[in-house]
Amino acid sequence: MGLSVRWLAEVHVSLRPGIADPEGQTIGTALRSLGYGSVDEVRIGKLMRIGFDADDLAAAENQVAEMCRRLLANPVMETASWEISPDEEAAAS
Amino acid sequence: MTLVAGRPRVAVAVFPGTWSERDFAHVAESVLGWQADLVWHTETGLGQPDAVVLPGGFAHGDHLRTGAIARFSPVMRAVEAFAEAGGPVIGSCNGFQVLTEAGMLPGALMRNDHLEFRCDWQVLRVERPRSSAPWLGDLADGELIRLPISHGEGRYAADDATLDELEAAGRVVLRYTDEMGRSTDAANPNGSARGIAGIVNAGGNVLGLMPHPERAAEVEVGGTDGLRLFRSLERWLHARPAAAERRL
Repeated sequence: MGLSVRWLAEVHVSLRPGIADPEGQTIGTALRSLGYGSVDEVRIGKLMRIGFDADDLAAAENQVAEMCRRLLANPVMETASWEISPDEEAAAS
Repeated sequence: MTLVAGRPRVAVAVFPGTWSERDFAHVAESVLGWQADLVWHTETGLGQPDAVVLPGGFAHGDHLRTGAIARFSPVMRAVEAFAEAGGPVIGSCNGFQVLTEAGMLPGALMRNDHLEFRCDWQVLRVERPRSSAPWLGDLADGELIRLPISHGEGRYAADDATLDELEAAGRVVLRYTDEMGRSTDAANPNGSARGIAGIVNAGGNVLGLMPHPERAAEVEVGGTDGLRLFRSLERWLHARPAAAERRL
């Protein structure tokens, strides 16, 4: 594993379409009351930044997919998407 | 496990942030004279109980999602094995959330539709109690009971196919209603799909419900309907064939 690279994943967890989102609705109402009258939909979600090691991008993708499946998103109500990049800060240090 | 001198023994799982374990233990020991063992979440065994309780609270701070971290606690492997062997398991409030995250019950529990934490007495209609003989065997189909609710994330959600399947199989056993037993939007305290307050697994031994039966077990606290779930369990344990006891 001496060749493993440090990666940074940004995982977005969102409510599935059609799942009621009272928090998003409340934020939408607040935005409209501030004068942003064209706001018609707000959906709440989570952003997780995860630093981890993997040998290559394919291995990193597999790991993040597994993290999402096992813990980060509940498939009953949520979907997950992510971007993975080499961790530049870790590479520089 | 054979009942020792007729005293049921319950294991109450305790996670960091659980808050209802002592209420369950109090009802079991002080009100009913049973034995209750608090089992810390890092334990890998339950100690041969007759029933298992997953109590309310905020296990592991409810971080990420309610129950999402708790399902990985070592004690849950023992709870799953106990349930698979047919042992009676009840998950109340946070315990219900843990059961759904663990995949022991279908669906999920989400933020209340009004975004408020709701702590109140709630009328519930008992449906198809034979579907959960260990926990509801003493109650009648269509009967109304009163139990406290106390949660911010109790909105039961599942896709329509799952909801249809649960209802067709008689696995929706508690529904939020008004005093007349009507399941209306106004009587639904959290926006749960179809007013669902409690469901059971296919085997009928695992019950998940948002209300708190352990908080309605003495006249002094305003009601005793919760005690009837414990009484049902006691009767069921005594009626259980010896072969089933050995299996556990």
